[in-house]
Amino acid sequence: MPKRLDILVCSGAACISNDSTTIKNKLQAVLKEHNLEDEVAIVETGCMGPCELGPVMLVYPDGVFYIKLKESDVEEIVKEHVIKGRPVKRLQWTTPEARRIVEEKKQIPFFEKQLKIVLSNCGKIDPENIEEYIAVGGYEALAKVLTEMTPEQVIEEMINSGLRGRGGAGFPTGIKWKVTRESAGDEKFVVCNGDEGDPGAFMDRAILEGDPHSVIEGMAIAAYAIGAKQGYVYVRAEYPLAIKRLEKAIQQARKYGLLGNNIFETSFSFDIEIRIGAGAFVCGEETALIASIEGKRGQPRPKPPFPAQKGLWGKPTLINNVETFANVRHIILNGSKWFASIGTETSKGTKVFALSGKVNNTGLVEVPMGITIRELVFDIGGGIPDNKKFKAVQIGGPSGGCVPAEYADTPIDYESLKKLGTIMGSGGVIVLDEDTCMVNLAKFFLDFTVEESCGQCVPCRIGLKHLYDILDRITKGHGKMEDLETLEKLGEEIRRTSLCGLGQSAPNPVLSTLRYFRDEYIEHIKDKKCRAGVCQFEVKEEEVSLEEKLKGII
Amino acid sequence: MTREEILNKYGKSKDNLLYILHDIQDNNPRHYLTEEDLRAVANWLNLPYSYVHGVATFYSMFSLKPRGKYIIRVCESPTCHLMGSSDVIVELVKTLGIGIGETTKDELFTLELTSCIGVCGVAPAMMINEEVYGNLTPEKVKQIIEEKRRESK
Amino acid sequence: MKLEDLRKIREKAEKELKLREGKARVKIVVGMGTSGIAAGAREVLKAFIDEVEKRNLQDVIVTQSGEKGLSSHEPIAEVWEEGKPIVVYGNLTPDAARRIVAEHIVNGNPVTEYVIEVKEA
Repeated sequence: MPKRLDILVCSGAACISNDSTTIKNKLQAVLKEHNLEDEVAIVETGCMGPCELGPVMLVYPDGVFYIKLKESDVEEIVKEHVIKGRPVKRLQWTTPEARRIVEEKKQIPFFEKQLKIVLSNCGKIDPENIEEYIAVGGYEALAKVLTEMTPEQVIEEMINSGLRGRGGAGFPTGIKWKVTRESAGDEKFVVCNGDEGDPGAFMDRAILEGDPHSVIEGMAIAAYAIGAKQGYVYVRAEYPLAIKRLEKAIQQARKYGLLGNNIFETSFSFDIEIRIGAGAFVCGEETALIASIEGKRGQPRPKPPFPAQKGLWGKPTLINNVETFANVRHIILNGSKWFASIGTETSKGTKVFALSGKVNNTGLVEVPMGITIRELVFDIGGGIPDNKKFKAVQIGGPSGGCVPAEYADTPIDYESLKKLGTIMGSGGVIVLDEDTCMVNLAKFFLDFTVEESCGQCVPCRIGLKHLYDILDRITKGHGKMEDLETLEKLGEEIRRTSLCGLGQSAPNPVLSTLRYFRDEYIEHIKDKKCRAGVCQFEVKEEEVSLEEKLKGII
Repeated sequence: MTREEILNKYGKSKDNLLYILHDIQDNNPRHYLTEEDLRAVANWLNLPYSYVHGVATFYSMFSLKPRGKYIIRVCESPTCHLMGSSDVIVELVKTLGIGIGETTKDELFTLELTSCIGVCGVAPAMMINEEVYGNLTPEKVKQIIEEKRRESK
Repeated sequence: MKLEDLRKIREKAEKELKLREGKARVKIVVGMGTSGIAAGAREVLKAFIDEVEKRNLQDVIVTQSGEKGLSSHEPIAEVWEEGKPIVVYGNLTPDAARRIVAEHIVNGNPVTEYVIEVKEA
C-alpha cells in the first residue's frame, strides 16, 4: 500500500554519533503506537548536509526539514505534523540552505537541469487570461520598445543577442530583421510560422497553447522594428487547441489596446490575424507558406527573391518561427548581453527540445545551447527504459540525421551537429535503442517525405520515391550491394538539385544512417539479417496474414 | 448553416479560400466537399473551378469523397511508429472491419493515416475529429471506439 | 491603454497570482496542453472541480495552464499553497484527483505516490 509520507532520517556518520539511531527507533515506536506504519515510510539516507545541526529529519512531500532533534521531540512531531498536518515550527529549519537540501533530495532531474526562458510561463499561467500574462511582466517589453527605443536600436539588440532562427535553418534573426527593414516598400508584413510539421516536434504547439501572448508580443516588437502594420500567424490545422487559445489571446490583446491602433498611445499600430493550414508539411517552407496564406496550393518557389525582399503579395515579409518570436521579449527586457551569455560561442540562448521515443521522460525540455546529448538523454531524459542499450538519437526530423551513441558527448549547437552530418532542426529529438532498425527508420522518414512532397520538381517527386523503393527492397531481403552506392549518389543529387528545403534535406536520414550504421545495411543485404529484429525477410505472399501485411505496408 | 451563409461570412478575397473550404467541409455531416461546393466557392471568389479543385486536392485534410461522422486519423510518423502505432492500426482495422481510407457501412467511422500531430510525448496517438488521444494500446482504442458508438446514439 | 494602466493591471494581477490578500488558500493548476488532454487531463480537471464543489471549499481555486512539459507523466497538476513549497503531481487519474482534494487540500497530507516534484514557490 502506498505511503502518504516519507520521513528521511539521516544515518550519516555524524548524525549517528549524535544519536540519530535513537531518534529513528523512537519514531518507529511512536508510529506503531498510533497505527501509522502503513501510512508513513521511514527512509534512511546518507548525510544530508549540515552535520553540526544533526540529528536531522526530512519530511516529504511537505518539504519540512527538522534539525537538532532530541528523542523527546519525536512524539510531538508525530502528533502535530504526521497526524494533524501541522509542522512543528520551533524545530523546523527554513533558511535558503534548508530549501536547497529539500529540493536536492526529491527532484526528478528532468526539471533540474533546464533553464526555462521561452517556456517560463508554460505550465504556470492560464493562457486564456491576459492578466496572468501581464502579472509576470507581459507586454512590458513592447512598452519599453515603443517608448524608449528606435526601430534601429531594437534591431541592434537583436543582432547583438546572437539569436538564430529556431525553426531549423538557424539564420541570424537580427540580420533577417535588418534586411526586411531595409527592403524597399512601404507595406510590410510580419508572419509567424506555426506550421510545425516535423515528426517528433511539438515545441511550437506547447508555446502557442501555453503562452500565446509571448508570440503576439514578439511579433509586435518585430513589426515596430521593420515597419509593418499587419501580422499573420500561420498555424497547422492539426493544432485546434493552439488555434483556439491564440484566437482568444488576440481578442483579449485587442480589447486591452495592446493590438490595434496607437498602442500605448504612440503612433504605432499593429494587428494580427490567424491563417490555418490544411495538412501539408511543405507549407512550413517559407515560400510555400506564403502561397498557402494567399489561398493557393502550397508549392514553394525558387529563392531569391527571399521573402524579406518579396514575400506575401509581393511585399517585404519577415517570417520567423514561433520559438524565435517567444525569445524576443526576454532579449528586450534583460538585454542582448544577458542572452549572449547563455549558450556557446556561435549558438546563443536556450533551445526547446521535444524528447520522445525510447526514453523514460518524454516531453519538452529547454536547455542552454551546448548541453551534451548524453546529458539530454540520461540526466534529463532519465535514460533508456527496460535497461535497453542506447543506440542513437535522431535530431532534426526528416531533414536531419542520426547521432550514434559514441558521439553522445557532442555539445548540441548548430556547428557541432553540422559536422556530424545532421542539423539542429526545429528541436525534435527521437531517442533510439538497440531494438531500432536504422534501415527501417530511414525508410520511415523517406515514406514521410515522399508523401509530403509537393510534386513540383523531378529530383524530389521521383528521386525520393526511388530512394524509398531501394530501402524497401533492402528491408525485405532483396537488396544488392550496388544499392549502397546508388543511395549515396542519388541522395547527393537530390540534395543538390531539389527546388526547396524539403527535397534538399530529405535524403539526410538515409545518408546519415549509411555513414554511421553501414554494417547494418550490409547485414540486411548480404546476410538477410536485421539485428534489431524488425525487418521481415523473404516472406512469401501466401504466408502473410492480415496483421503482418499491414505491418509491412505501414 | 447553409453554404450561402458560410460564404457570406467571408470576404471575396482569395486568401480566405482555405478557411472557406474548412468551414464548408466541417458543416457537412459527411465531412467532405462536393462538386457543387467547389463550384459555389469558385463563383464566390471569382476563380476558375480547376483552381479551387487544385487547392482542395493539394491539402490532405480535405476530402472529395463522403466520409463518416468520426474521422479517425492515426499518426504514422516515426515516433509513433517506434512506440507501437502498427498495433493500434491493426486493432482499428479489426474492430471497425474496414481498411485505411475507408468508411464503415453505418457511416460512423472513417479510418485515415496522418503525419505527425505533435503529441509525440504520449505516442502512439490519434485524432478523432478535433479530439486527441494518446498513450494508445489496442485495448484503449477498442474502449474509445465503444465510447464513440455510445455517444453517437 | 496607457503605460500606467499596464502597471496597475500588473500590480493587481500579481497579487491574485500569488494568492495573497486571503483570496484563496489553495490553487490547483492543471496542465491543459494537448499532450495532457490526450492523456486524460480533461477528466482530471473535471474531477478536481467536482470534488471541490462537492465539499464546498470556498478557499480553493482550480485553474488551468499550458503544457507542463513532462509528457510521459501527464496528466500533471500543481498544488500551490501560501507559504509552502509547490507540490507537483503526475500520472493523475480522476480518482487520484479526488484523493488529493480529500487528503492533501482538506487534511494537509500530500498523496505521496503521485508526487513527482516538490519545488520552491
